[in-house]
Amino acid sequence: MGFRNLIGRRLLQVIPIVVFATFVVFSLLHFVPGDPALALAGDYATKERIEEINRLYGFDRPLIVQYGVWLWHVVKGDLGISLLSSSSVFDLILQRMPNTILIAAYALIIAMIVGVSLGVLAATRVGSRLDAAITSVASLGVALPSFWLAILLVVALSLNLHLFPATGARSFIDDPAGAIRHATLPALALSTAVIAELARQVRSALIEVLSSQYVRTLRAKGLGPIAILWKHGLRNISVTLLTLVGLLVNRLLSGAVVIEAVFAIPGAGSLVAYSAINKDFPVVQGVVLVFVIMIIVINLLVDILGALLDPRVVQE
Amino acid sequence: MSIEAIIATPRAVPARRSLWRLMLGDVRAVLSIGYLGLLLVVSIFAAKIAPYSPVDQNVAELLMPPSAAHWLGTDDLGRDVLSRLISGAPNSLYASTFAVSVALALGVPVGLVIGFVGGWLDEIVSRFIDALLSFPPIVLAIAVTGVLGIGLTNAMLSVGIVFAPVLARLVRAQTLIVKQAVYVDAARAFGASTSQIIIRHIVPNAIQPIIVQVTLMLAIALLAEASLSFLALGVQPPQASWGGMLARAYNYIEIAPAQMYAPGFAILLTALAFNGLGESMRVALDPTMKRR
Repeated sequence: MGFRNLIGRRLLQVIPIVVFATFVVFSLLHFVPGDPALALAGDYATKERIEEINRLYGFDRPLIVQYGVWLWHVVKGDLGISLLSSSSVFDLILQRMPNTILIAAYALIIAMIVGVSLGVLAATRVGSRLDAAITSVASLGVALPSFWLAILLVVALSLNLHLFPATGARSFIDDPAGAIRHATLPALALSTAVIAELARQVRSALIEVLSSQYVRTLRAKGLGPIAILWKHGLRNISVTLLTLVGLLVNRLLSGAVVIEAVFAIPGAGSLVAYSAINKDFPVVQGVVLVFVIMIIVINLLVDILGALLDPRVVQE
Repeated sequence: MSIEAIIATPRAVPARRSLWRLMLGDVRAVLSIGYLGLLLVVSIFAAKIAPYSPVDQNVAELLMPPSAAHWLGTDDLGRDVLSRLISGAPNSLYASTFAVSVALALGVPVGLVIGFVGGWLDEIVSRFIDALLSFPPIVLAIAVTGVLGIGLTNAMLSVGIVFAPVLARLVRAQTLIVKQAVYVDAARAFGASTSQIIIRHIVPNAIQPIIVQVTLMLAIALLAEASLSFLALGVQPPQASWGGMLARAYNYIEIAPAQMYAPGFAILLTALAFNGLGESMRVALDPTMKRR
């Protein structure tokens, strides 16, 4: 089966997932106890406003029709109006998403460098003291609450040593250096759990490859350990790694919510938390929708890239 | 029936006794079980053990450092930190077990049914599970909590809903393996009904990986509760929770930085214990896995 065929097939597989995911986001509003129109109108709405919302959203129509109408608005980029600020939800998310993407991408880069290195170090020295240390630190990293680590980092590196600012964010376009400086502590805190996960997964995947028959043959034929590691070990786990990155992006965006709260970063994560507390449902729906679409698209790209890297996937 | 399926079929009964023996020989498992047992006792008798009331305020003693009277100091409202830490324990244990129970109640039946029935039902529900797994878990939990109403029970209900697809997928995979086993064919040949096969054969054989997953999930649920309480979506004041204590401590970080250690360590140790227990069980249950 050809590569183009594979992309087509993956796209087809993604469609039902997108439909279900958008339906979940849409139906969130219907889980609000009581009348959804009342929830959307807010606490101080007039009777006319509630009627207007009912007309606008068509809450009296069948659910599937409501979903269709909602989806049509979404496709056109209309995510509704914030109940708190009366500005467009789409604009709000557009303003705040870059901050979230910056810390998530920054954290992913740190995690890839540190996590993969630690995994390789441990896997090439199985049973050594270094391996034991890395495995223990990884167990610790998985259990560490990221926001607590964030607070510890603020105390140590910001309040005591004044190396990094403790709060806020800068625009990457206007002030790249400032943006990086502000994003460093959040990215460090966010990356820890991902580093731990990556180190563990890389370690076990690499151990499996390195202990396989053909690597033993290569070793017997006199191929050096570095050549084996790069040409065979890392190349073989690259697809696993790629799939893992797709999953970890999900976790990074999830973790960003709490980290943004600690560092008072005006990102999409703090927006969704603030909106959920204040019952600003259109914003909650909008942010969740944008997040899930981002994750689905990233995983699709990861899948296709994986097929490019590994000819076996195409032949499947 | 493939040869892989026969090999992959786990044996249910004889593993149980050796599981305990293996776990008792594992330092990490013993420490984890010991810590969790202690935490359970503290949680049950929290009201009796706590030296002070966790909610009584004392304006004369705000943000006091640790002393003989207050071992861990007092918070910004003059409440005893140790007492709040102790009374936060039952909330944390309740939160994680409740969330995982919700996930079990939703995920296991769905996984069993779609794995057993298969066909278009499996196809559709599996795509739905894929869709649910595409959501960032904490973000979805925050959204559902916001929709249902803020509070610990709703927050953990949301976390349980978010976890359910993970279990459903695991149970489905296990069901598919066991379904093909020879003894299930035999049971069917002897006239066992579908529900009998599910209850007497599939559930007992699929239970081991589920127990491991559930234990690991308790740690994730604990961290999720702490995160949601930190964001003021979980445990509501004046009730104590470790995540909530950290949020308060963070506000006074420049005056009383020592406030943030105790709740953080409590969360870390409990999550480590759940993870340690889960990992040890995984190793003990899986004969093919090399010892870490």
